[in-house]
Amino acid sequence: MTIKGKAYIAGIYEHPTRKADTQSLAQLHAESAMGALADAGLTKDDVDGYFCAGDAPGLGPLSMADYMGLKLRHMDTTETGGSSYVIHVAHAAEAIALGKCNVALITLAGRPRAEGMATGTVPRAPVAAAPDAPFEYPFGPTVVNQYAMAAMRHMYQYGTTSAQLAWIKVAASQHAQHNPHALLREVVTVEEVINSPMISDPLHRLDCCVITDGGGAIVVVKPEIAKRLKRPLVKVLGAGEAPKHQMGGKIDLTYSGAVWSGPAAFAEAGVTPADIKYVSIYDSFTITVLITLEDLGFAAKGQGGKLVADGNLISGVGKLPFNTDGGGLCNNHPANRGGLTKVVEAVRQLRGEAHPNVQVKNCDVALAHGTGGSLGTRHGSATVIMGRE
Amino acid sequence: MTTTTERKYPAPAVNPEIKPFFDAASKGTLMLKKCGACGQAHHYPRAICPFCASDRTEWITASGRGTIYSYSVMRRVPVPYAIGYVTLEEGVTMMTNIVDCDLDAIRIGQRVKVVFKPTDGGPSVPMFTLA
Repeated sequence: MTIKGKAYIAGIYEHPTRKADTQSLAQLHAESAMGALADAGLTKDDVDGYFCAGDAPGLGPLSMADYMGLKLRHMDTTETGGSSYVIHVAHAAEAIALGKCNVALITLAGRPRAEGMATGTVPRAPVAAAPDAPFEYPFGPTVVNQYAMAAMRHMYQYGTTSAQLAWIKVAASQHAQHNPHALLREVVTVEEVINSPMISDPLHRLDCCVITDGGGAIVVVKPEIAKRLKRPLVKVLGAGEAPKHQMGGKIDLTYSGAVWSGPAAFAEAGVTPADIKYVSIYDSFTITVLITLEDLGFAAKGQGGKLVADGNLISGVGKLPFNTDGGGLCNNHPANRGGLTKVVEAVRQLRGEAHPNVQVKNCDVALAHGTGGSLGTRHGSATVIMGRE
Repeated sequence: MTTTTERKYPAPAVNPEIKPFFDAASKGTLMLKKCGACGQAHHYPRAICPFCASDRTEWITASGRGTIYSYSVMRRVPVPYAIGYVTLEEGVTMMTNIVDCDLDAIRIGQRVKVVFKPTDGGPSVPMFTLA
C-alpha cells in the first residue's frame, strides 16, 4: 500500500497579509481556503475532507466547517506544530487513496503580530499538564534558546561556523528580493548576519525567522478530479513523518526526526536526494535548515556547513535551490507555523509558477520538509516529495 | 563579563507522579528515576519506564555531578541567563540553568555540580554551577 500517485495537489494559496489587524482568525482561515479552492478551480461545495491543526479557532474542524459551511465526511486534526500541514498533505493522500474523501482542504492561519504575541524570546506558557513542563519551564526555555542549544552542540561537535549558518539567511534574502509579499526583501551579506545582535548564543537576530500574521491553504484531490482541472499536475510521490524527543534523557541535539521521515519519503517516492531539483526546508532558524539537510541525506552528518556555504542554496547559482519565496527567514512564517508555506512554494516550483528570477529549470521533483515544535526538546518532522506529471 | 543576576524562576506545576523529585529538591537532593526491570535511569521522571515500559521505577539519589552537553546564553532579555543541558554521571541529560558564574566563561564539556534555587512560590529546582 502506498500513496504514490494516489493524490494530486490541485490548489495552493498563501495569504498576502503579513499583519492582519482587520481580520479575525476564522476569517483568515476561510480567505485562505477560498483562495486555494479558486486556484484549483473548485468551490467549497466540492470539499469533503478538512484538515487543520492547533492554530484553528475553537474546536478546529467543527468550528471551521461551521464558519465556512462545509459538508464533510473526513476530518484530521494532526497537531505537530509547524510541521502539521506537511503531515496533512500525506494524510490527505492516504484518505483519498482509501476513498475516505475526494477533495481535501488544509488550512492554516494566525495573527501573532496583531495579538501582540510576536516574540521568540519569552518562554511560552506550557500546554496544560505537559509532562515535560515542570522540568523545563522554570529554566526559561524560549523558542530561540532551545534551537540555539542545538546549534551550539552542532558547532562543538562538527566545527560548524556562524558564517556557514549565515549563508542560509543570505540565500533566503537573495530569493526574497523578488517576492513582493515578503516581509524582508533586503538582500543581506554574511557579515550583516554575523554582525546582527546576538539573541541567544550562537544565534543572531538574522539567524531567526520572521514573525507574521497570515495563513495559507492547500487542496489535495483524487487523480480523476486533478486531471479534469485546468492546472499543472503535481502528484504526491511519497511522505514520511516521525516525532523526535529527549529519549528518556539520552539527548542528542545534533540530528532531527528527518533522519526517519526523510528515508521513508524517499523510499515511497522511489527517488534519492540526487533526483530532487528543489527543496523547501523549514527555516525557523538557520540551524534548522542545516541539520535538516544533513538528515535528509543532502550532506553527510556534520558536513552541512559546507553544503550551505558559498551560495549553494541560491536558485540559479548553487546546486540545491531552497526556499525560493524567501522562506520563514525573510518572507512569511504565519502563526509561527511554517510548514504549509513550504509545500506552497514547492508546488509553485513544480508548476513553473515561481518568480521567473528564482524558478528552477526543469523542476520535476521537489521536496518539502517541516519541523514543528523544537529541535532543542521535541519536534515532529514531516517530509513530502512531489512530482510534476 | 556577563554576570548572573538572579532572575525570578517560575514555579513548576507539581503533580503526584513527580512530587518526590521536588520534595527532595527543596531539601537539597537531586533525585532520578531508575528502572528496576531494565536498570536504566531516565529523566524527566516517570512512573512508567520510557525504555522498557515497566512500572517498577524507583527513585534514586543522583551524584549531582555532570558535564555541560550544550548551553545558550539568552541575551536579549532584561536579565541574561544561561539555559543548558547537563549530562549527569548517571548518564541522563537534563535541562537546567548554569548559574553563579561568568556566563561568558561557560563552555560545552565543563564539569558542573548541582545547586538548588528557590522558585517563585514553588519548590526549589536543580541548577548547576561550574565545579
